[in-house]
Amino acid sequence: MKKRTFVAVSVALLLLCALPLFLPRFYVYVASIVLLTGLLATSLNLAIGYGGIYQFHHTVFYGVGAYGTALMLTRAGAPAPVAMIAGPLAAAALSLVMGLICVRLSKLYFGMLQISLGSLVWVVVYRWYSFTGGDDGIHGVPLPDPLASAAGAYYCTLAVTVLCLFALRRIAGSPFGKTLQGVRDNPVRSEAIGVDVTLHRLVALVIAGFFGGVAGSLFIVVDGSAFPDMMFWTYSLEVLIMCLLGGMYTFWGPFVGSSTLVLLRVFVSVYTQYWGLILGTILSLVIIFLPDGLLGFLVRRFRGREADGA
Amino acid sequence: MLRVESVVKSFGGFKAVNGANLHVGKGEIVAVIGPNGAGKTTLFHLITGHLAPDSGRILFKGRDLGGLPPHLICRKGITRSFQVVNIFPQLTVFENVQIAVLSRERKTFDIFSKVEGMAAEEVDRILRNVGLHGRRDVRSDLLSHGDQKVLEIAVALSGKPELIRLIRKLSEEFGLTILFCEHDMGLVFEIAQRVMVMVRGGTVVQGSCDEVRANREVQDAYLGGTA
Repeated sequence: MKKRTFVAVSVALLLLCALPLFLPRFYVYVASIVLLTGLLATSLNLAIGYGGIYQFHHTVFYGVGAYGTALMLTRAGAPAPVAMIAGPLAAAALSLVMGLICVRLSKLYFGMLQISLGSLVWVVVYRWYSFTGGDDGIHGVPLPDPLASAAGAYYCTLAVTVLCLFALRRIAGSPFGKTLQGVRDNPVRSEAIGVDVTLHRLVALVIAGFFGGVAGSLFIVVDGSAFPDMMFWTYSLEVLIMCLLGGMYTFWGPFVGSSTLVLLRVFVSVYTQYWGLILGTILSLVIIFLPDGLLGFLVRRFRGREADGA
Repeated sequence: MLRVESVVKSFGGFKAVNGANLHVGKGEIVAVIGPNGAGKTTLFHLITGHLAPDSGRILFKGRDLGGLPPHLICRKGITRSFQVVNIFPQLTVFENVQIAVLSRERKTFDIFSKVEGMAAEEVDRILRNVGLHGRRDVRSDLLSHGDQKVLEIAVALSGKPELIRLIRKLSEEFGLTILFCEHDMGLVFEIAQRVMVMVRGGTVVQGSCDEVRANREVQDAYLGGTA
């Protein structure tokens, strides 16, 4: 089994590396967006799927990561690697502040306060013309040569995303990740075995915010622009839907969900502007028939078969 | 080991616990009884730190527990069981116990190691002791209700508690100090070595089963014909 997984992962990575060789430029761009959106959804899932924390406004950290990187490149003239680390760090710092305020509340109360605070950040970005460019956003961010081409941006996104997903996977499979699942399942019980529930939630939020920020930073590399819409609350709900669609209780579910959603939007919107209608229909069917999400269903099916065969 | 000294807790003018006194020695099994609304649950919440007393002191091994949050009180060695089954439903039997062991060893913030197989030896031993080893990889919400209760006890045990509300058998096998609350008087007098009677938030009497049974006030207030 281990060997099979290794071979499968290697083949998948080789295929991903070869993509720009035979795909037209536009689709290389789409592939980059698929990757970084997958990272965004997976980072949210650490909070919501593993921690049971209703992080309703996650794209605030995506946006701050993007703006942080863009501002470092345009205003401070920082080298690209520095800018790409500064964005996520800013997102993690914001996540810490928002987390400190929200983390004592639970479930929906947490979610509502989180949306409020996130919207506050959005308003600041939306209105502060002299600093963030207001509703125009920031465009044409200068990038160094290796990142300027579509293929270069793609390889950078691929490398960073794979690294981050590996790190997130390790975190999810660590004692911390397991404890987080315990906190999700039963916070009262967790306290009674000596777990500091509030602190675990806070750490999870900061980690999720950081990796959300990395996704935002990658968006600058791929698209060269940042705009307020990427941190408007409706986009947060879209990312939440990605987690639901793919399956919150599996590690790769949100990635599957986000890829499905991004590709659907790209390909269906070619034929009709009512792509939302098609998405809504698919989502309704998934929720009714596959409550564990697409991947959750497949995992159960696959494992079930294996058990039957044994 | 545990001393509760004239503790008061009121909720908006209503004194749920009003000057309760209790002491539990090491290895003792003590029952708290009293009519509904006497403040038993509030008292337990005060001891486990889910509520803070308005006045009075709660001492554990001579040290004041006042104001400590539940997870720190747990680390001092007090573990509670719950009235309803209280486990981590989406985790496997093994993981349920594993979390408790990791928490005791303060490893829950470790994000660099692989949790798989961690503390496996101890977890397996605990599961073997309670007879759940055969189901170690089953998701715990798929267990029968009885097995879930056993699992809950296993989780509580994994914290190596010195004080736990459990039954006599466990006390003998694991050398635990137990404080519990039970309405079935037959059971209380069978299991407990000493009994504390609460009425209207205060301690009426505290003593051996015979002393409590013989107490006129208790008979009037609570036991009626059953004793």
